[in-house]
Amino acid sequence: MSNTKKYWKGIEELKATPEFLQSKNNEFIEDLPVDEFLGNDSIVDTSTNRRDFLKFLGFSVTAASLAACETPVRKAIPYLNKPEEILPGVANFYASTYWDGNDYSGVIVKTREGRPIFIEGNDLCPISNGGSHARIGASVLSLYDSSRYKAPQISGKESDWKSLDSAVSGKLNDIAAGSGAIRILTSTIISPSQKAAVAEFTTKYPTAQVVTYDAISYNAISIANNASFGKAVIPTYDFSKAEVVLGISCDFLANWLSPIEHARQLSSTRKVNVEDKKMSRHLQIESNLSVTGANADKRVVLKPSQIGSAVVSLYNKLTGSSLSTKSLDKKDAIISEIASELNKNKGKALVVCGINDSAIQQVINAINMHLGAYGNSIFLDTPDFTKQGNDAAVMGLVSEMNAGKVDALFIHGVNPVYTLPNGEAFKAALSKVDLSLSFSDRPDETTAVCKYVAPDNHYLESWSDANPRKGVLALGQPTINPLFSTRQSIESLLIWSGNTTNAHDYIAKYWELNFYPSFATLGGFATFWNKSLHDGVVLNNAQIAQDLGTIKITTIPVTEVSAPIADLNSAAALISAASNAKGTEVFVYQKTGIGNGNQANNPWLQELPDPISKVTWDNYVLMNPSEMEDKGFNTINGQVQEADIIDVTIGSNKLTLPVLAQPGLAKGVIGIAVGYGRENVGKTANGIGANAFKFTQFINGTFQSETSGATLSGSVGKYHLAATQTHHTMMGRQIVKEATLEEYKKDNKAGNEDLLLATNLKTIGKDGKAAPKELNLWESFENKNHFWNMSIDLNACFGCGACVVSCTSENNVPVVGKDEVRRSREMHWLRIDRYYSSDMNEEVAEKEGVGAIDKFLKMEIPSANDNVEVVFQPVMCQHCNHAPCETVCPVLATTHSLEGLNQMTYNRCIGTRYCANNCPYKVRRFNWFRYNENAQFDFNMNDDLGKMVLNPDVTVRSRGVMEKCSMCVQRIQAGKLVAKKNSERPKDGAIKTACQKSCPTNAISFGDFNDMNSQVRKTWNNERKYQLLEEVGVQPSVFYLTKIRNKTSKEA
Amino acid sequence: MENHSTANVRQPLILEEKTYHQITEDIAKPIEGKANNLFKVVFTISAILALWGVGCFAYTIGTGIGVWGLNKTVGWAWDITNFVWWVGIGHAGTLISAILLLFRQRWRMSINRSAEAMTIFAVICAALFPVMHMGRVWVAYWVFPLPNQFGSLWANFNSPLLWDVFAISTYFTVSLVFWYTGLIPDFATIRDRQVKPRMRRIYKILSFGWSGSAKQWSRFEEVSLVLAGLSTPLVLSVHTIVSMDFATSVIPGWHTTIFPPYFVAGAIFSGFAMVLTLLIIMRKVLNLEDYITVTHVELMNKIIILTGSIVGVAYLTELFVSWYSGVEYEQYAFLNRATGPYWWSYWSMMTCNVITPQLFWFKKIRTSLIATFIISIFVNIGMWFERFVIIVTSLHRDYLPSSWTMFHPTFVDVGIFIGTIGIFFTFFLLFARTFPVIALSELKTILKSTKENPNPPHH
Repeated sequence: MSNTKKYWKGIEELKATPEFLQSKNNEFIEDLPVDEFLGNDSIVDTSTNRRDFLKFLGFSVTAASLAACETPVRKAIPYLNKPEEILPGVANFYASTYWDGNDYSGVIVKTREGRPIFIEGNDLCPISNGGSHARIGASVLSLYDSSRYKAPQISGKESDWKSLDSAVSGKLNDIAAGSGAIRILTSTIISPSQKAAVAEFTTKYPTAQVVTYDAISYNAISIANNASFGKAVIPTYDFSKAEVVLGISCDFLANWLSPIEHARQLSSTRKVNVEDKKMSRHLQIESNLSVTGANADKRVVLKPSQIGSAVVSLYNKLTGSSLSTKSLDKKDAIISEIASELNKNKGKALVVCGINDSAIQQVINAINMHLGAYGNSIFLDTPDFTKQGNDAAVMGLVSEMNAGKVDALFIHGVNPVYTLPNGEAFKAALSKVDLSLSFSDRPDETTAVCKYVAPDNHYLESWSDANPRKGVLALGQPTINPLFSTRQSIESLLIWSGNTTNAHDYIAKYWELNFYPSFATLGGFATFWNKSLHDGVVLNNAQIAQDLGTIKITTIPVTEVSAPIADLNSAAALISAASNAKGTEVFVYQKTGIGNGNQANNPWLQELPDPISKVTWDNYVLMNPSEMEDKGFNTINGQVQEADIIDVTIGSNKLTLPVLAQPGLAKGVIGIAVGYGRENVGKTANGIGANAFKFTQFINGTFQSETSGATLSGSVGKYHLAATQTHHTMMGRQIVKEATLEEYKKDNKAGNEDLLLATNLKTIGKDGKAAPKELNLWESFENKNHFWNMSIDLNACFGCGACVVSCTSENNVPVVGKDEVRRSREMHWLRIDRYYSSDMNEEVAEKEGVGAIDKFLKMEIPSANDNVEVVFQPVMCQHCNHAPCETVCPVLATTHSLEGLNQMTYNRCIGTRYCANNCPYKVRRFNWFRYNENAQFDFNMNDDLGKMVLNPDVTVRSRGVMEKCSMCVQRIQAGKLVAKKNSERPKDGAIKTACQKSCPTNAISFGDFNDMNSQVRKTWNNERKYQLLEEVGVQPSVFYLTKIRNKTSKEA
Repeated sequence: MENHSTANVRQPLILEEKTYHQITEDIAKPIEGKANNLFKVVFTISAILALWGVGCFAYTIGTGIGVWGLNKTVGWAWDITNFVWWVGIGHAGTLISAILLLFRQRWRMSINRSAEAMTIFAVICAALFPVMHMGRVWVAYWVFPLPNQFGSLWANFNSPLLWDVFAISTYFTVSLVFWYTGLIPDFATIRDRQVKPRMRRIYKILSFGWSGSAKQWSRFEEVSLVLAGLSTPLVLSVHTIVSMDFATSVIPGWHTTIFPPYFVAGAIFSGFAMVLTLLIIMRKVLNLEDYITVTHVELMNKIIILTGSIVGVAYLTELFVSWYSGVEYEQYAFLNRATGPYWWSYWSMMTCNVITPQLFWFKKIRTSLIATFIISIFVNIGMWFERFVIIVTSLHRDYLPSSWTMFHPTFVDVGIFIGTIGIFFTFFLLFARTFPVIALSELKTILKSTKENPNPPHH
């Protein structure tokens, strides 16, 4: 059937109206308003015509394609003329000198392609002996601090050296013309040439006088020595010569005077071995629980106000004299015991005291005199020149300034507005000074109120020399060109004195004229100079032991000095008068990392946990836990509860800080660390904590860290302190094994009995008991070539934390900040576990019938007694030979090397974190975020300058991968290559891990276990050796030596 | 009376007088009818939660795992807790369809379809976590032993995580195939009933051209039996292997040989609880009361009593063994679970998993829909806490007290968990609207016998 159907388009078609028929042939039935549209002029007039449109199109396409390009290209520019000594990829090492006005050390600076990246101790330096300190190791990062001054400043604005020089010279000439007073307030100058430059300046401007100020003062010691011996010097000490050491409020292992040296000296008498089972005895009397006190064999806790009485009472008991003193009640008996012990060891005993009070120091002198320490372990004839501050002169300067008598003040190396007890008064007085100038290389509280800032170079950019003590002469050389428009202070002073010699020439000339004559036998001056520069220190002790002649510089006449203390009786009277403390007593102390706060803007130091409290990024009020309980404060700084914030008020000074429980702290006493509460220093340190220097006081002619009369408020808020360790006891577990010396003398394995597991294997022994090593699930690895092992002597580890900083620096360990530490996410590859003893243990529980639940709850609480014991244990990846992490990784990102190392392949890691969960030591660290180039983590890895500190041999880890200690595999590799070039096996000791290198006490030894003569192999046979958590059967390559305490059976 | 093999004492599995046609009508209704408002509201909420979860996942991938509450000591927490919880839930479906099939438990026919659907969706939710918890998700495929050009890189066959990859993917594949095989004749029924051409075409594709010939039925039966045979060991193996993530480790509280049976029992326990939670709502909403009856609920409750009791015994065994072992770390780990800072999670687990299911010994409770529903929720919660307790309380205080710390979840942790619940319900609701929620053709095989008993028809 054909299709005859007709479909209409509409009713119009059906009807076939004329209109429809007419419009049917049009393309569009309705008229289009074409003419109307085209006739509209406004359309033609629009600015976007066709050409423009095409332009826009082209632009957009180009822009879009540009935006879609890959990440920006970073150009690596090759050397046009390669410096002869620089080989890309090979590190250069330069000897130099670290001196920041407080800490001194001869250092070796490791540079890569012209960038200093790592600081270690100089083995030739008789003071550091190759060891380091947290503050010194971290100083390399302070070089790359983007908040440093980039140019000289005039009235807070950036300027240039020409304008600054003309302004300063002009003013100086005016002031000199009017005989106005010019003062130089400086930290101790140990550089002979700098002293010469100052002398040139004072010659040019005869009204100029120098005031030396140490933020942490040791002035009382020189005053006391002046009174006792007529020698106003700080002596040097040799703790290795003492068999009994008594430290009184003296943190000599971590902060006091020359801690690296002291730690090494003391540790040499603490490393017991089977052949010679002798060790020194270390007693400590203190209010705080210092790092030094934590390592003492016996600790006596006294309030700061009682310490003086204890010293006098000790003197009385030692000598049988009867200087007037206050009774210490129950503690008197302990002082008697100490006295009799010291008396028994006359000639082999040493007493050091960290209290900056000349009366107390004078009695200490008498005690040491009585004990025969002088010439044996105390040396007045080779004095320490690093603390020459004169506290009274500083106070005199402030009143002089206040009186408007000072026209020009040059501030060098110190930050008085921050560190003086009356910093505010200094600030006010400074406004009366016409010409105020600071040499600080970075902004601080003082530069904020100075008219001029002539920024000094960082020490790594400077030429320097040093005479830190009689008989030691050192040179420092720059290891990088100045990063900014800065100038060494020595050059600035010379320029203003009219001498345009540069620092290098000036120092060289000075050495040629003054020191070279004594060494002329060595050859020409160039030889002498090059050798000195190469070594960093001048070694020929016989010659430099002569007085090299310190340059006399005009110092301010001291007006406010109290009359010298005539004899011990008047000293005792002064001590007795000062011991009337009211209210809560306060002491301020230095933390190992932050110290006096001059490097507070250094994130490595901020994130370094305090050795004792394990808190990072803050200061806080330390208080005895039982006292806190009485006051209703939270004593558990944990992840669960936050710390209480309190107000501490002394007079008009109020500090608001969180309060932290500190076992072993005297009751009625609080402690606050200095170095915090910085302002105007940079993003890292600004606004952290509060300034405890306000609680120091100027009394009896010296700045003292102890005061009283504080009132404490109740809790005014809550604060989450960021601690890396929130549980403080070993919970009765065999983690740090220890024994007393007496036990060890009887039994080489004391405290380290063989660990045997009960099994039903009849093949092993008759009772089926087996050592964990014998029960294996896995085949043993064969380490045919090398087998890298590490041992750690817990008797030599004082917990100072130098290794932690050193590891951070070597291995590009990221800083994560306070908030992440609060979340327990610190990235340190190496941590130092600190455990307190608890009053509860298995025996006590059994005796008192305490149930299991209560027992463990009580075990968690550190002992509240004075005699709480502390142990330190560095823990890094243990490089297990049957590693639980290796079996669980689904992608083999962590594997075992043929040399016994547990390796982490970052590129392969997919981030399941299974390895970290299965690690019994919890040493694995996960990159929760991207820690570099991330504004959320605005530390050194987020700015181009800060990134210059990164070690190019170590990968910067990306987000989402696991990382951990590699035993410095890059150093092992470098050492192997050196050996290979010489066609030999790596010598034992040639390869040192970063932690090992920095350790001032050589507690860590590292080497090839397959080398029968290596230190580590010998240590393996030591009966004190044990492996941490041996019973888990993971067979670690790191092992420890038990801690031996020199306690009497009565004390034990 | 005609010669019939059905036992007289059995309760009917389908209530009311149903004809074959009525069954088809009843089950096809949700697919063919319009969604009501309640459905729309619930679906919208689920979809929003799912999107929120996806957003949290995206945030995690974009920023880093650090947005979760994990730390140096607790490397797994909610992520793996959720993973194990979802995998556990995913156990009931296959158990019902495979093991009960082999045991000729014909009552399973009313519930197996939705239980299997639940399994599939739960496993999808579960599988999200092992992938998402990786620090570098974009290289997640490295867990597969793929030939590659990176050198001699291969997966680590020693790692239980790798076993997981295979266990879960195998389980998912087999479950999906089994589920789909069962769906084919039912899709054909829906196809034949569809009047809308587009829908008809879709169901035509889905039903793989099923014509219902005797040959097809015979092959269908064979495949079902083979798949049931394959699935049965999987039901036991998946959670055994998941438990090995923990059991093969060295962490006190994880390193436990009891884990495989204990985990499998727990998985079935939680799976049945989730089936009950869903079915009690679904039978009401989709008017399937005649098919999913109190008898079903009661039978499932009996399984819950059994598995719940096994789990309870396992908990007590763990405590005993930790004491008996004499290992101080082990002893402390368990003491810390019960009395440490996470005591509340331990006691929530104990209450929900050990005490509440014991109420099912009372017939009144186990035949009460409301009571069952409430207890099933308790079990779901309790089983989540069980995994939380195992993972977090074991990790947060292990060997060295210096590293002990706490885990605090963040909003992202919570968001991701809620998100997966959203994803699960979104899928399940879509399933309920588009798939025959009861195995139609299978159900028809039990109609006659149940209809005729126990009230013999009047002859």
